[in-house]
Amino acid sequence: MAISRNRFDFCAARCLVLASFVALAAGLSYGQVKNSCLDCHSALPEPLGVTQEKFSQDIHAQKGLTCASCHGGDPTSDDPDRAMSRKAGWKGKIDRRQVPRLCGSCHSDPAYIRQFNPSLRTDQLDQYHTSVHGKRLAGGDAKVAVCTDCHSVHDLRAPSDPRSTVNPVNVANTCARCHADASYMKGYSIPTDQFAKYSTSVHHEALAVRGDLSAPTCTTCHGNHGAAPPGVDRVQNVCSTCHVFQDQMYEKSSHRKAFQSASLPGCVVCHSNHGIRHPTDAMLGAGPDAVCMRCHTPGDSCDQARAGLFGELNQLDQAIQRADQVLGVAESSGMEVSEARLGQNQARDSLTKARVTIHSFRKELVDQDIQAGLKIAANNLQAGQKAMVERNYRRVGLGVSLVAIALMLVGLRLYIKKIES
Amino acid sequence: MSPLHSARKWLDERLGWDDLIAPLRKKTVPTHRLSYWYFLGGITLFLFVIQVLTGILLLLYYRPGANEAFESVQYVMTQVQFGWLIRSIHSWSANLMIFTAFAHMFSVLFLKAYRKPRELTWVSGVILLFLVMGFGFSGYLLPWNTLAFFATKVGTEITAQVPVMGKPLMIFLRGGEEVTGATLTRFFGFHVAVLPGLATLLILVHVLLVQRLGMSVPPRLEVEWRANPSAKREMKFFPNFVLRELMAWYVALGVLGALAAIFPWNLGLKADPFAPAPAGIKPEWYFLFMFQTLKLIPPRVWFIDGEVVGVLAFGLVGLLWVLLPFFESDDPSRTKRWITGFAVFALMYVAGMSVYGHLAK
Repeated sequence: MAISRNRFDFCAARCLVLASFVALAAGLSYGQVKNSCLDCHSALPEPLGVTQEKFSQDIHAQKGLTCASCHGGDPTSDDPDRAMSRKAGWKGKIDRRQVPRLCGSCHSDPAYIRQFNPSLRTDQLDQYHTSVHGKRLAGGDAKVAVCTDCHSVHDLRAPSDPRSTVNPVNVANTCARCHADASYMKGYSIPTDQFAKYSTSVHHEALAVRGDLSAPTCTTCHGNHGAAPPGVDRVQNVCSTCHVFQDQMYEKSSHRKAFQSASLPGCVVCHSNHGIRHPTDAMLGAGPDAVCMRCHTPGDSCDQARAGLFGELNQLDQAIQRADQVLGVAESSGMEVSEARLGQNQARDSLTKARVTIHSFRKELVDQDIQAGLKIAANNLQAGQKAMVERNYRRVGLGVSLVAIALMLVGLRLYIKKIES
Repeated sequence: MSPLHSARKWLDERLGWDDLIAPLRKKTVPTHRLSYWYFLGGITLFLFVIQVLTGILLLLYYRPGANEAFESVQYVMTQVQFGWLIRSIHSWSANLMIFTAFAHMFSVLFLKAYRKPRELTWVSGVILLFLVMGFGFSGYLLPWNTLAFFATKVGTEITAQVPVMGKPLMIFLRGGEEVTGATLTRFFGFHVAVLPGLATLLILVHVLLVQRLGMSVPPRLEVEWRANPSAKREMKFFPNFVLRELMAWYVALGVLGALAAIFPWNLGLKADPFAPAPAGIKPEWYFLFMFQTLKLIPPRVWFIDGEVVGVLAFGLVGLLWVLLPFFESDDPSRTKRWITGFAVFALMYVAGMSVYGHLAK
């Protein structure tokens, strides 16, 4: 009797535990939306294939959106006909021309977007309509970039994610997928060497090599959603967003008016655009890297002014190098010249400032920076030379001391010999 | 009567000068082919005196404080007349003093001069060596430059590995959880007050013991001379040995001057507590063998933290080192060979690990 009662208790307990598990599993699954789309599409080949792993990387999936959020349909049904029925709102593959509007249906709605990211802008679609891409799409050209071309689809990541196609480091490659493809761009009458040139530029070096995320990439100058060429008369405004002081100086220069009246694109005239190299003083010279002589005539008043400015920059550069050399020797001799070394930074700052002031092409302004730098470099050179004189003085002093010590040693030795003999 | 004789007579009448220096007149120093090693102790003492004198001069300008220390040393080196020389001599003589102290210790060990009745001379000498290393550790931070800052950070972190009292000891040394201006002022106090006081006292004891017990001779020679007293060779301490010691001091002074003038001690860059530690930060050369050993010990040895094992091992070896004379035989003809073997191993270990630590990245 006791045994059968125990067995009953044991069965009851087992049932209770099982029921608890079922209730727990039901409770955990409550609230999760079934997504039958991935069950089939994860097994399909590209372009229809979307795996769970891929989709889980997508920021939309992470925010709780499903396939149906864009494609419609009923993902809760395992029946393909029902899941992909027009009656259930299924849209199928989204037509390229409809992509911006579809994305905009959420991304242009501040109230909706605020739920996920209050700081995210909602003017992308409006900007897109002003872009060359948007305008051409509106004109029926389906080859131009739509949202998914740049941001990717089904594995779309936040721009801050280094793996995102629109992360600053990857933007140039993303743009180049179309813009560097000569056959794809055939018919648009624009060059396809921008990426190749950009890859050699100082901007690319700063961004890709030095990892400076503030360095410009395509979208910095052209805009992203509203991407368009800056326009000849707007180039200066684009460059000046970073190169503020150069812009202020250029505003004071005679070149500004001259370039404007000749419809020349400001900064680009001397520095080029996509392939901007690290500027050197040689640009002001008369050698192969010179840019002034492309427009000016040798020997004219402008050429003479150029030669004067070039000479001044060289003079300061050489003065800094001379001081550096002397200070280097003094330092390697163990002399304390850290203050002069620090002063060299000030001289270099003056040279940098002069190189910025060059954009005014006004001798009196450049002179101020050059003279300040020359004065500092001269002081530093003097400090280095003084340190070298001091070093030599020390060595002479050491020599005299060693001779005195040697004499003392000889004297002591002789004295010891005398008292021990 | 010359002024010198008058002064001597004056002192003799009041202090009994002649009686005071009588033991020095009678004192002799054994002469043999290894007598040169006797000079090392005197050279170390000479360098200590140089340290005290140059240290006092540096004190005239040095300002202990995170915001002033570096600048004050820079001022000494660039603006003060011969300030560079004083600072360079102070730094170089500190390093030479540690070197000669090590050399003196190993010479005493190999000549077996620590034997009865000189056990206390050895104990005081080894403690003096520890104090000298403490001088080096505390003085290294005082210019408040980058290397010193991070080396002190690493060094004080190691003290935290001492079981039970490690963490409080580290906080006591640092004057807080981190190396800050409080650490600097604390180290300054150790460097110019605590350590010099202790060292001066111990040097007095050490020198008095040397004077009282005289110079030891190697055991084999001692047995020989005991068997044949006529073979014994010695010279008068004063003036013969003192004059030779004086010659050694002059040589040391010449080396010191040459090093200070040709390789002035570098000041480096001012410490920035917020900057990342420079790659490959290392302590001063005399701590390298311990530092490198700690680096080579695996993170865990059985169930104990590797660094704790290392610190405990060094503590144990240090204690054994201090007590070494008490393991030695009193009979010069039956000295313990394992002690000599241990000394050879210790010397090779210290030298090898120091070189390895210097070359290691």
